[in-house]
Parts: sequence; structure tokens; C-alpha cells
Amino acid sequence: MQLLKRAFWSPYAVGAAIGVLSWFAFLTAKRPLGISSAFVRLVAWLEGLAAPAHVAATPYLAKMQPVFDWEFFLVIGVALGALAAARLGGMRSGEKPSGRRIAEALLGGFFLMIGARIANGCTSGNGISGSLQLALSGWVFFLTIFASGVATALLFKKEVR
Amino acid sequence: MFEPAPRLLLGLLTGFLFGFFLQKGRVSDRRVIVGQFLLRDFTVMKVMMTAILVGGIGVYAMLAAGWVQLAVKPAHLLSIFVGALIFGPAMVFLGYCPGTAVAAAGEGKRDAWWGLLGMTLGAAVYAEFDAACTRTLRAPVDLGPVTLPQLTGVPAAVWFAALVLFAWFFFRWLDRRAES
Repeated sequence: MQLLKRAFWSPYAVGAAIGVLSWFAFLTAKRPLGISSAFVRLVAWLEGLAAPAHVAATPYLAKMQPVFDWEFFLVIGVALGALAAARLGGMRSGEKPSGRRIAEALLGGFFLMIGARIANGCTSGNGISGSLQLALSGWVFFLTIFASGVATALLFKKEVR
Repeated sequence: MFEPAPRLLLGLLTGFLFGFFLQKGRVSDRRVIVGQFLLRDFTVMKVMMTAILVGGIGVYAMLAAGWVQLAVKPAHLLSIFVGALIFGPAMVFLGYCPGTAVAAAGEGKRDAWWGLLGMTLGAAVYAEFDAACTRTLRAPVDLGPVTLPQLTGVPAAVWFAALVLFAWFFFRWLDRRAES
């Protein structure tokens, strides 16, 4: 219990725990950890309510059946788990973002997902799950986001506001 | 519409632990993520490399025992490269990746809520262009679901040994430098 209340854990302990969690995912769900395709499932569901004919005519959305799958619930779990960890550690966050920050987050999120879907996976599906399987796709993704991210940060992001 | 309930509960439990670990590892804090890209704070790299090594060694051991099968994504090198070139800079501006954005949003970080909205819109726009993307970016360079051991003939054990050695010395050097 003391451990759960500690604000933060060693990054090596956290990495090892995520590694063991990926064994669990392979053993029980027969799937690696991943996040970004759940957003496509969410879109397939929302557009299905508003325009079912369009979803049926778009193979990429139509194939996302069943919409609510293991990974969709995994994403819900991530939000709940992070909330529990933050509260147990005594962290609260509710500060209002500035208009500039809202625009940055909205646009950043938009292009983040475009990039993730073009690459067929994000930092979890490609970066961790792909790399741990020694997949060529995972390592190319991991090294490219690192290099392009470092270049971007050094050029445009001297301070975190 | 729904996968069987036990499988959904399993996903929820796996995700709960994943989110719990991400928050405890400080990677749902965008200062930590941007700090990594500024090469000032190596927390993200420590978490990811340890996860890859512990996860990979275990998964390959279970593969040898016949308990699991790999799920390797195909090496469409052009689309992965282009996607990653968009993803990396976007991650710097958002300050989160998809998983850590969900974690931060769950914690109540309001900027991450806007990030999730942007991500959902991005998924909707991408869905309209998936077929075109497959034609132009995936078809040209497709090596299939290949792993580094298959590609090079160097066994997985050697890859992991080399990566463990690299990570050990690199992080020890970083941590000692931080102490002094």
C-alpha cells in the first residue's frame, strides 16, 4: 500500500512492469498492447450512428467489427488506471489550459493520429510491442519518431509552457 | 458490436495496469516527454527500453516454449517512415503519445482532453484516405511481417544480449553523470 501511495516509481521498475504486462497480454488476449486503433473503432461507431451507409462503403471502418473489443476496453482501462495512480499518489490536476495550449493539443493530437494510422501503430503498438518482438516495422518506427521528435524539440520547443 | 464480456474485462484490467504504470512512471507528464525530446530527461527512454527488453526476452522465451505466437506488423517501410515523421513532431507539440494522452486525460489533465478530441478527428480523416495510403505508401515497399532475426540471420538471443549491454552501459553512464 505504501508503494501505491508513492508519487512516482523508478522508470526501470515501471518499464519492467510494462514488459511483464506485455507477457500477460500475449498469454491471455493473444494480442500485444496497442492504443491507436481503438480511436478508429470509436470513429467507426460514431459514424455508424450518424451515417451507417458511409461506414459500410468505407472498408477501413467497416472492418472494425466488433467495435467494442479488447483494445477498446484496454484504452478505457488506461484512463482509469492513471486516475487511480494519480489519486493514490496525491496528485491532482485541473488547471485550465490557455487558448494557445488548446490549439497546440488539438492540432498535435490530430497529426499524431494521422501519423499513427499511416504507420499502422503508435508508441505502444509499434514502439513497444513491435520493438519487443524485434519487428523491423517497430524499430524503424521507434528510431524515426525519436530522431524527428528530437529535431523538432531542439528547433521549436526550448521551453515547455 | 461487442466481443465476449470476459475478454472485455480482461482488456479493462490490462489497460488499468498499463495506465497505472504509465502514471507512476511519470510519462503521463508532458514536461517529461518533451524533456526526453530535448535530451534533458531520459525517463521515457528508460521506461521504453526496459519494457522492450523485459517484454521481449519473456515473449521470445514463451515463444520457444510454444505458449504464445508473435503478432508482427508488416514492414511497409515507406508508410512507417512517413507516418513516424509526422508522429514524432506531433508528439512534441501535443506532449503525449496516444497511450500517455489517454492516461493524462484520465488523470484530469485538460489539455489532454483536447488532445483526445484532435486524435479522434485525425482517425476520422485518416479513415477516408486509408485506401489511397495503402496504394501510394504501403504497396511500394512491403517486406512483410519480418523480424530482425529473420532479416539478418542473427538469433534473437544475440539481439537481446546486445541491446541489454547497450542499455546497461548507456543508462549507467547517464545516471552517474546526473549524480555528479
